[in-house]
Amino acid sequence: MLEPKLQKIADLLQGIRPEFDFSNGANFIATGMLDSFDMITLVDTLDKTYGISIDGEDIVPEHFGGLSAIAALLGRYGVRP
Amino acid sequence: MLLDFDLDMQINALEYFEQGALPKHRHKVAVIEPAARYTFGEIDAFARNCAAAILAHDVPLNAPIAVLLPKSAATIVADLGIVYCGNAYANLDLKSPPERLKAILNNLGAALIITAAEHAPLLMRLGVQAERLLMIETAMTERPAYDEARLRARRDRVIDTDPLCIIHTSGSTGTPKGVALNHRSTIDFMDWVLQRFEFDGSEIVGSLSPFYFDIYTLELYLCLAKGATLVIIPEQLAAFPVKLLEFLEAESVSFIFWVPTVMVNIANQQLLPKFSLRALRRVFFAGEVFPTKALNEWRRRLPQAQFVNLYGPIEISVDCTYFILDREMADDEKLPIGFACRNTDILILNDRDQAAEGAEHGELCVRGSSIALGYWNDPQRTARAFVQNPLNPHYPEWIYRTGDIVYRNERGEIMIVGRKDFQIKHMGYRIELGEIEHAALRIPGIENVCAVYQAEKKIITLYFESGRELSDAQLREQLAAFLPKYMLPTRFHRLGQLPRNPNGKIDRNLLATRDA
Repeated sequence: MLEPKLQKIADLLQGIRPEFDFSNGANFIATGMLDSFDMITLVDTLDKTYGISIDGEDIVPEHFGGLSAIAALLGRYGVRP
Repeated sequence: MLLDFDLDMQINALEYFEQGALPKHRHKVAVIEPAARYTFGEIDAFARNCAAAILAHDVPLNAPIAVLLPKSAATIVADLGIVYCGNAYANLDLKSPPERLKAILNNLGAALIITAAEHAPLLMRLGVQAERLLMIETAMTERPAYDEARLRARRDRVIDTDPLCIIHTSGSTGTPKGVALNHRSTIDFMDWVLQRFEFDGSEIVGSLSPFYFDIYTLELYLCLAKGATLVIIPEQLAAFPVKLLEFLEAESVSFIFWVPTVMVNIANQQLLPKFSLRALRRVFFAGEVFPTKALNEWRRRLPQAQFVNLYGPIEISVDCTYFILDREMADDEKLPIGFACRNTDILILNDRDQAAEGAEHGELCVRGSSIALGYWNDPQRTARAFVQNPLNPHYPEWIYRTGDIVYRNERGEIMIVGRKDFQIKHMGYRIELGEIEHAALRIPGIENVCAVYQAEKKIITLYFESGRELSDAQLREQLAAFLPKYMLPTRFHRLGQLPRNPNGKIDRNLLATRDA
């Protein structure tokens, strides 16, 4: 079982790439689970869901490799998913 | 000596290589991949091995051969091997949904498909027989395995109006179209671009576009003709602008030909001041409108670089108009697509099919050697887009109708106004909204749909009517069976009923201005 805040992010990711399991700890970028098209959808989804605007300098693989990394990034924008 | 003029007019695109990089830069690096690099000599030997392997399969001259490989030197080897053998290459997208790939393969009727062992199972699942597959690994070995005389004899039967390649693009009825381009059209464009911009072979090309796009044509033949080096940028970097700029610096990239989307992101995110990009001398872009404000940011940050806007649908070899950014432009001034390339005529036809006068709006139509042969195995759609020049009643002459509405400004530069139909450009990809709608209607429970595009936000929204709740995940999963990744809607929105205009048609304009 994931913590609720991570589960919420996993659900958002599932909406983008339904065929993958985002809770198994794999690196989303290194494994190709998220490609450049998904990244655009993901950033749009996060911006829209949480009413934020993720900065270009923050769009780096390190911030999108896993659920905790994404949660930490959102935290820096004052979001508690 | 009776003849003191040169009769050797170029008739085959391979001559760029045979008279260019091959004799002059045999030992220079031609292609850099993330984990390997190949010289022009190696590429040539591999390509001839590949040609010999094709010959063993008894493929008819000029028949198309599909290539299903990741973006890599292997694709270049396969393509050149195919041309050495007197055939036409069709590079396909490995990430296409199987249904779409199958439709493309069926339409192509490719006698042979060049792939790699790891992708063979995908093709077998589509029902392709093992004997129609050729594994590229067998060609990528130093050992020469070809009979030069046999290859030469076969290639000598190819004339310049024969097909060189087939490039696929979205079709509004749901089936992609295969645009067939010949040697002549490619030579027509390449001769112009090489001379006009004085490429000298010192270029390091930062290649970001897929090889199943027409930007590849320029990148490939530039390297083959002049000995420039092509650096394959890893696909996953496209999503991360900072990494992309780091890569350009690390590889000293001096020439890029990109679609604007990624460059606009880089400019808007104020990333350019952090990188010097000193080596970058020339920037070509095409495929969609580059907002002038973002372009101005690039020009300010890279004063040493030349910027060129190119325009041309796939139905013209690479591009048919160009505009060199040689004057200051205000942030709110629209960027022209400029002037016709050499040996290309642009007609602007109004709705009475007469030449537009002054700044009158009309459809951009293209005349010249650079236009495609038509859509492969598709006479109906060919007949609709490639038509008799209405200004010429004297003899058969084809023009290509682009569907783009344009006018000439007071400087004589061509300006884009919009589209005649529902075709969009999304991240450089040409998409028929009809193809997305067609796919969505195949999902059980969906009764009515409308796909709209918001260009500034780069968002495709699918509005749909359905009696039941459908999650984004369910919709994406089902659409992914028919549509390539770049066509999948960014947002989904279920409506009780799609809005109608007074004559009962779905009100697209209303949906396009609505914020989903």
